[in-house]
Amino acid sequence: MSRTTIAWIAIAAVGLGTYLVRASFLAVAHRVAEIPARWRTPLRLIPPAVLAALVAPAVLRPDGVVVLLGPRAIAGAIALGVAVWTRSVLATILVGLAAAVGLEVLLG
Amino acid sequence: MLPITVGIAPFGIIAGIAATDAGLGLPEAVGFSVLVLAGAAQLAALDLIGRDAPLLVVIMTALIINLRMLMYSASLAPELAHLPRGRRLLGSYWLTDQTYAVSIVRFRDTEVATVDRWWFYAGSALPLWVVWQLTTVVGVLVGDAVPAAIPLGFALPLAFISLLVPTVTDRPAVVAAVVAGTVAVVAAPLPANAGMPLAALAGILAGWVTARRGDRA
Repeated sequence: MSRTTIAWIAIAAVGLGTYLVRASFLAVAHRVAEIPARWRTPLRLIPPAVLAALVAPAVLRPDGVVVLLGPRAIAGAIALGVAVWTRSVLATILVGLAAAVGLEVLLG
Repeated sequence: MLPITVGIAPFGIIAGIAATDAGLGLPEAVGFSVLVLAGAAQLAALDLIGRDAPLLVVIMTALIINLRMLMYSASLAPELAHLPRGRRLLGSYWLTDQTYAVSIVRFRDTEVATVDRWWFYAGSALPLWVVWQLTTVVGVLVGDAVPAAIPLGFALPLAFISLLVPTVTDRPAVVAAVVAGTVAVVAAPLPANAGMPLAALAGILAGWVTARRGDRA
């Protein structure tokens, strides 16, 4: 399968699945429904867990090898600081990219 | 509302760039932005497609990320229960982190029923939708023009970092993020990118256990 084919199947499946998730409770809102309290915590923890699982290998294992103090790891730490401090998406990406380029020249 | 609409612009651009980075073109980038309409899931799916992950891993990862919208849907349902079903079904399509956050704050704060909830919701959702589509196109066009010295692929994890920070609000969330991140690094060599979903699951479980312990203490 070509990447384009894979992409379109993924778009269709994820699009449909996501719509069903979005409509789940809103579609039946007139018959008031609620998520059981014990499921709220795991649902709330999905975003931090998934995002951390995407970020960590990209900064700490950039080329398949664990590098705890490499350019990517340091750039990631700097970006994390910027994200906490400014809460700005743009600032985080720009500073992180600049740090990655600069550190690559310095350390690479 | 305006800061939020402006705030998603960089993400839209990254979503466009990520598509070209994964070897895809304008139709696929716009296809993702129109039909999926969810930044983190789109970026994760494009990231995995670019690394030739199996289709099933791509789909499951993106859907797991979007499972959080179950929460939003449940939380908004009582607030919008008075609307005709057609509007609720259209509103469902527009449900994103941003529309949810803006609307729920407004609906809960306004004791007087003066605010027309449907128009408030649609009025927040539509500008977001338009900006998302336009910036995706900009990202595709810009992506090809950026010099190779700038590691644009790294913009993706950086975007994830800025999404991650506001979700880490308490101890269980910290535990979930740290455990998921650690397991993801260790499990990265597993075939079919299986390490990612495994790590996310480990993080959710660890955070859940932490939350339960906290409840009992």
